Amino acid sequence: METYRKPLIVGNKTLKDVTDDIASLVETPPGLGWLTMILGSSSVFLFYIIVIGIIVGTGMGLMGVSHPVGWGTDIVTFVFWVGIGHAGTLISAVLYLFRQKWRTSIARSAEAMTVFAVATAGIFPIIHTGRPWLAFWLFPYPNQRGPLWVNFRSPLVWDVFAISTYATVSVTFWYVGMVPDLATLRDRAKGLRRLIYGVFSLGWRGRARDWGHYEMVYLLLAGLSTPLVLSVHSIVSFDFAVAQLPGWHTTIFPPYFVAGAIFSGFAMVVTLMTLVRIAVPEFKKYITIDHMELMNKVIMTTGMIVGYAYGSEFFIAWYSGSKYEVYAFVNRAIGPYWWAYWTMITCNVVIPQIFWFRWARRSIPTMFVVSIFVNIGMWFERYVITVTSLHRDFLPANWGMFDMTFYDFGVLIGSFGMFFTLFLLYIRAIPAIAIAEIKPVLGFGKGDHNGGHHG
Amino acid sequence: MAKVGGVMGIWLTEDSILAVAEKVKNAGYHKFDAITPYPVHGMEDACGLERSWIPWVTFFAGLTGCLFGLWFTWWTSAVNWPINVGGKPMWSLPAFVPVIFELTILFAALASVGALFAACGLPRVDPPVVDPDLTSHKFGLIIYESDSKYNSNDIEAMFKQSGADAVHKVSEY
Repeated sequence: METYRKPLIVGNKTLKDVTDDIASLVETPPGLGWLTMILGSSSVFLFYIIVIGIIVGTGMGLMGVSHPVGWGTDIVTFVFWVGIGHAGTLISAVLYLFRQKWRTSIARSAEAMTVFAVATAGIFPIIHTGRPWLAFWLFPYPNQRGPLWVNFRSPLVWDVFAISTYATVSVTFWYVGMVPDLATLRDRAKGLRRLIYGVFSLGWRGRARDWGHYEMVYLLLAGLSTPLVLSVHSIVSFDFAVAQLPGWHTTIFPPYFVAGAIFSGFAMVVTLMTLVRIAVPEFKKYITIDHMELMNKVIMTTGMIVGYAYGSEFFIAWYSGSKYEVYAFVNRAIGPYWWAYWTMITCNVVIPQIFWFRWARRSIPTMFVVSIFVNIGMWFERYVITVTSLHRDFLPANWGMFDMTFYDFGVLIGSFGMFFTLFLLYIRAIPAIAIAEIKPVLGFGKGDHNGGHHG
Repeated sequence: MAKVGGVMGIWLTEDSILAVAEKVKNAGYHKFDAITPYPVHGMEDACGLERSWIPWVTFFAGLTGCLFGLWFTWWTSAVNWPINVGGKPMWSLPAFVPVIFELTILFAALASVGALFAACGLPRVDPPVVDPDLTSHKFGLIIYESDSKYNSNDIEAMFKQSGADAVHKVSEY
């Protein structure tokens, strides 16, 4: 049989233990910790809805965007959340293609994170349009204005297609992956719960021919999601790179954005997984410190790629010989927004270096703090790119400053309420670890009849 | 769909279900299926199943999405209402690639899942339940009564001899 350097799941679990452990979280009443967290996050979510309501009812003038900074908090936070989502697809699809079996424990939650992050992100461009009731104009549909079609040469239209395809395919991939687990819950449940899980498990039976098709489709979706996830953040970067603004008009943007997305997304996975391990102590056997260490290695690696990109941008700005390009970057580092730039450098490049030390990679408090810093740093990265490039471009007569208002802070903070509310509801309603995927990596029953793992 | 029943045995380990599937196949049965809580490595070989045909669906759906994207961007931008945007050609193929790419992926992914539903008979209202633990930690193997060699007594004896934990007569699965 296949042997691992270390068991992926500790505690000599039998198949039944695995089902019981993972299903019990959705079958028992929630504890005080969960209730406190959902109360907090849903209050913030409610605040978010009210803030959006006021913005939509009153108008975009409530937010900080103005001439010359026409893209503000909405776009910055949109890119931030889309980037968060990408690590989920990386874990569920790319690591699946590379046969990285350690991904199994965290794939379901990472994919859930993707779905919720993209849902959270999707709201921001709609707010940003200023007239969200006309947001359907973004899609090409037969209309009575000609029909007047969307401009397919515009990166903003590419973005509409990229984000909506990404959301659709991510939800599909996530749902297909959970159908057998919902069937497991169905077969354990009675009454109304049985009816609900019965509906969502679609009558799954788990025959060999079903599994044959199922595994094939899972592989195909992983194969389709991989180029998709790379295309999505490349296209998000085109929103900037296709413009001729110094600081935006660079060819490095697609790989730089994708690396940054993976970086921030893994940080969010670490944040969420440390919280899940605290909320559900039994999950420590499934999401082990080894899993966390591997994710921290990814964070450090992608953090250095992002750091390289920061340096490379400066070099190219100097090498281009364009004084506007040079000024855009000098202004980032020592201009009025120096604090945003150096927050970004500190959080993204300096702080993750602590993961060179093994104890730091394996210390839950350390990684939690670092992951929060990375989340902050990656929000500032998008702030630096968007705001500092716009606020001083070519003619000094066009220069200006961007100040966030109460409503800017409101949508930024409120969006976390939405994201965490969705995630908390998810861990109570859906098995947070893929039951049917974790069982094959136990090594149980393959030439080993004593019921546990070799260890 | 006509209801087809049969005899189902229940085993407790992955090794035994693989061995039984191999044995049933070699005994000359054709209409049988294994029911497992998770995809068991090697089960397709043991049951003599062919590789899934769904990749063909994925390919042709992806091709359809790609061609649709090509046609749609061309027809809307260059035929139905051509608009000069910054002097770019009406038929600006490089600028249309991202949209065409996304449509390729969208069509391929959704069609693959649709094909999965069709292949597995999903969604199915009120699926038969023989043993609720078949989706948790037990492994079943059913020989359908439509098999030409079907004889419930022989099969029950064979299952018991192979160490079945339980044997059920099933009216439908």
